[in-house]
Amino acid sequence: MIDYNQFLATQAVELKPSGIRRFFDVASKMENVISLGVGEPDFVTPWAIRDMAIASIEDGFTSYTANPGLLELREEIANYMERSYHLSYQPENQIIVTIGASQALDTAFRALLNPGEEVLIIEPAFVSYAALVTMAGGKPIPVSTWAENGFKVTAEQIEKAITPRTKAILLCSPNNPTGAFLNKHDLSAIAEVVKKHNLIVVSDEIYAELTYDEEYYSIATLPGMYERTIVINGFSKAFAMTGWRLGYVCAPQPIIEVMLKIHQYTTMCAPHMLQHGAIEALRNGADQVEEMRKSYRRRRNYIVEALNQIGLNCHLPGGAFYVFPSIQNTGLTSEQFAEQLLMKERVAVVPGNAFGESGEGYIRCSYATSLQQLQEAIRRIEKFLQSLGANPKVCEHQASL
Amino acid sequence: MKLTNEELEILAILEENHRQSVKSIAMQVQLSEDKVAELIKKLEDENIIVSYPALIDWSKVDGKENVVAMIDVKVTPKRGVGFDEVAEKIYRFPEVTSLYLMSGAYDLSVTVEGKTMKEIAMFVSDKLSTVENVISTTTHFMLKKYKHDGVIIEGKEDQDRRMVVAP
Ligand SMILES: Cc1ncc(COP(=O)(O)O)c(C=O)c1O
Repeated sequence: MIDYNQFLATQAVELKPSGIRRFFDVASKMENVISLGVGEPDFVTPWAIRDMAIASIEDGFTSYTANPGLLELREEIANYMERSYHLSYQPENQIIVTIGASQALDTAFRALLNPGEEVLIIEPAFVSYAALVTMAGGKPIPVSTWAENGFKVTAEQIEKAITPRTKAILLCSPNNPTGAFLNKHDLSAIAEVVKKHNLIVVSDEIYAELTYDEEYYSIATLPGMYERTIVINGFSKAFAMTGWRLGYVCAPQPIIEVMLKIHQYTTMCAPHMLQHGAIEALRNGADQVEEMRKSYRRRRNYIVEALNQIGLNCHLPGGAFYVFPSIQNTGLTSEQFAEQLLMKERVAVVPGNAFGESGEGYIRCSYATSLQQLQEAIRRIEKFLQSLGANPKVCEHQASL
Repeated sequence: MKLTNEELEILAILEENHRQSVKSIAMQVQLSEDKVAELIKKLEDENIIVSYPALIDWSKVDGKENVVAMIDVKVTPKRGVGFDEVAEKIYRFPEVTSLYLMSGAYDLSVTVEGKTMKEIAMFVSDKLSTVENVISTTTHFMLKKYKHDGVIIEGKEDQDRRMVVAP
């Protein structure tokens, strides 16, 4: 047998597999599972957007587009950034349309990082972040946040983690998996540290539209921050377009110029016909985004209240579509809890430690599923908790995972 | 009538599905159950919530298949009462399930339900066209219901196509 590791790059081989993947393999083979494990909207893309993409296929828009994307789309993105976040970007040289926010993040790190340079990642964090930094040759430095503070990171925590090798801070608000939302006040304090230490912020704003209690605020709008912020956003969450794989990045022109070279060599451009759908989304999609936002907000209120009632402590997250309740009072680890809950009651949640060490003791529940399903899930979780009551640490099914 | 955000939320929730407990609604709008019950009562009293019908697909029920017709009716409005008096005469018939005053080529849009086409034809010739001030009727039989009151009857999109667990 060939030892393929001799061919494969050590760094790639050593990447940690996503903790979510393993769970997916088990849950997807089971029947009658209620999944609170899905990190994407339960809505289908609004019809007008789909219709526009279909029409553009019919009309033969099957060629490459300009590397940074259709100018018309970049103009709409610029209008949207101005209208929604009071941020001005030149469509000609400050915006790139990417294959999801995922590619924008990847390209940003490749553009920023010299070997060994550090990026602060606020944990619990989206599963891709650390791997993307590593693959770009950088070093991910976790900064843990805690439930006591609603999983918000503070300027002091960030300052403590800074070393001479720190290059950038990756912020994500509202956050996946905790739903934590950083308001203007929180961001201002962070911005001061960023400027003091001459750092760059990569701001993942993919959940910006899904903010429920306070007005969304981009850190790039703060004094002196526009120059040192790479704003990353996309269509996946706000417009229910995850499968379209469309995102974008907005940044100061010298950064975009370098990112564009990488983007051009790795991907050429985002799919032409789908970019037409994205134009429609930005032009006419606002009302539907608002409808979806309201719907998520109701479900958030419901699930937070319900989880607390059945005995899982849970803060009210300011955005995204995740809640991150504590399961510490069950005496189980996150993985034990998630595994046993899946086996016994067929509810899929993601163990919190999949998002970093500080997620241990928590589970991520996505409420992007119908209210009826949420109610049934709560009923099952309650039953599961009651069954634990007698002997919470027994883990009869663990071996099967 | 100007409503608060909470009241609007409650209406949106009930419009989507009114078969849920006050408790469930209260949890979604972050109010107490008593408060929600009070607001719903108020909205009912104001006739903003008019009723709570269920959308039933009778075509699936043996022996209950029915025929629906939409009828364009031209009428001569009556001095002083306009169209209201004719409308009233028409909507009193139990066969009539909806009635709207329209702009454009005709005046009243009448929806009628019956067991058979013949039954509806009889209704139109015997009852509707003989109502005073009705000038003409044009009957359109409905062949298939795709969407009703915002609800797609049998949507392809009802199925959840997402993976069970995703980042
Ligand atoms: C925080 C965060 N950033 C980025 C992404 C990736 O989004 P996209 O579909 O635009 O690649 C996700 C998707 O789950 C996410 O949760």
